[in-house]
Amino acid sequence: MDVLGSGLVQALGLLLRGDAETWRVTLLSLQVSLAATALSLLIGVPLGTWLALVRFPGRGLALALVNTGMGMPPVVAGLIIAILLWRTGPLGQLHLLYTPTAIVIAQVALALPIVVGLSTAAVQQLNPRLRLQILALGATRTQYLWLLVREARLPLVAAVMAGFGSVISEVGAAMMVGGNIQGQTRVLTTAIVLETSKGNFDLALALGLILLALVYAVNLALTWIQQRGHPL
Amino acid sequence: MSARLATSAAAAAAPRGAPLLGLRDVRVVRDGRAILDVAALDVWPGERLAVVGPNGAGKSTLLQVMMLLLRPERGAVRFAGAVVDARRDPVPTRRRMAMVFQEPLLFDTTALANAMSGLRLRGVPAAAARAAARTWLERLGVAALADRPARTLSGGEARRVSLARALALEPELLLLDEPFGALDYPTRQALLAELPALLDAAHTTTVLVTHDPAEGLALASRAVALRDGRVAAEGAVAPVLAAAGLLPTAARGGP
Repeated sequence: MDVLGSGLVQALGLLLRGDAETWRVTLLSLQVSLAATALSLLIGVPLGTWLALVRFPGRGLALALVNTGMGMPPVVAGLIIAILLWRTGPLGQLHLLYTPTAIVIAQVALALPIVVGLSTAAVQQLNPRLRLQILALGATRTQYLWLLVREARLPLVAAVMAGFGSVISEVGAAMMVGGNIQGQTRVLTTAIVLETSKGNFDLALALGLILLALVYAVNLALTWIQQRGHPL
Repeated sequence: MSARLATSAAAAAAPRGAPLLGLRDVRVVRDGRAILDVAALDVWPGERLAVVGPNGAGKSTLLQVMMLLLRPERGAVRFAGAVVDARRDPVPTRRRMAMVFQEPLLFDTTALANAMSGLRLRGVPAAAARAAARTWLERLGVAALADRPARTLSGGEARRVSLARALALEPELLLLDEPFGALDYPTRQALLAELPALLDAAHTTTVLVTHDPAEGLALASRAVALRDGRVAAEGAVAPVLAAAGLLPTAARGGP
């Protein structure tokens, strides 16, 4: 139990002393995962809404693929993105491997299926007659889609939380395409793995507590957005 | 349900002038079966037309075709003299109408924002939309609920807000799909008593789907009975209701 207590003390010390490396790793984690979540949101909500509203041949297969992607192991996503970005790979000339951008790409591959799958469910659970009601109110196509997304905002914010939660906490993809390079691609999860392997349990735990606090802060903000105007 | 009753009653009750909305040879097919097959049906300016018929007769389908929510496989819908077909954007025409469905179908926001929503979609500025919405919430007796989230309203309150949302648009044609179903008796009686005056004051042409002869008699100036998607009778309210089996045969003036 000593480890827990000293880990907490060390975490506070690292942050309050303004330890540059700790702050850099924390900020990079936040930047990379927020960017991946935002991109997944921009692509995933329209795609999920489309999958919920449009019937086409192969829709069932597409949905099954999305649902499989929701359970994508981060190391597998990391491996695939690493192969694509490898120096001799199809996207090798972009020189993105072992950069924060590579981590963002791999994390989008993880978060996007979650956002798409949950967005599809969010829009599908709306009363189908509400769609007719929106059109009957004289909505244009754009107004119609906007109102549907607005009606589904509660589960959509939950989709954002799930997407963010999956990427901020993953280590496999960040390790494989980022490489845990100090000062460049080291994020909280990869730093925790490294410190633990070196036997620095106090520091590892301190970073773990910072990670938890970060996840809590982001979810607090998202919960506030979600529950605004929802007293019940 | 003789053809003679249909023609004579229609001739007696149909007002003159050009119809506001007309259907010609309209056919809607589902799973190879015609669920709506209407040779001719007109809605005249200022009238209140009741649509009756058993479950599955095509009443809700008819309303959706009128609201341009469902494009028939065949036939033409005319609104104010102009044919509205696949080549025309239905939105401008829809914006001259309003429809209240069997459920209130309110948005997850306040009662006031709900009552404003149709106006806001039409680009009416917020202040003007709010004023109109408040007026209609007032007329429907739910002004006190304006700031309440729609989720917290009772069935009757939600129904009134959904009527206010439609009436605030001051539509040329109002389509009501069993708007009083699932309401308790006092609420239903109160709305039945209030609605004709509100509709008259706004000169709103109305089509009302109903199962209830009392609603038909209280609200409608003319009626049409559907059966198996076809017009089975059309004309004065009481004879059509009787023909549809909604009134005791004595009301037909029979034996």
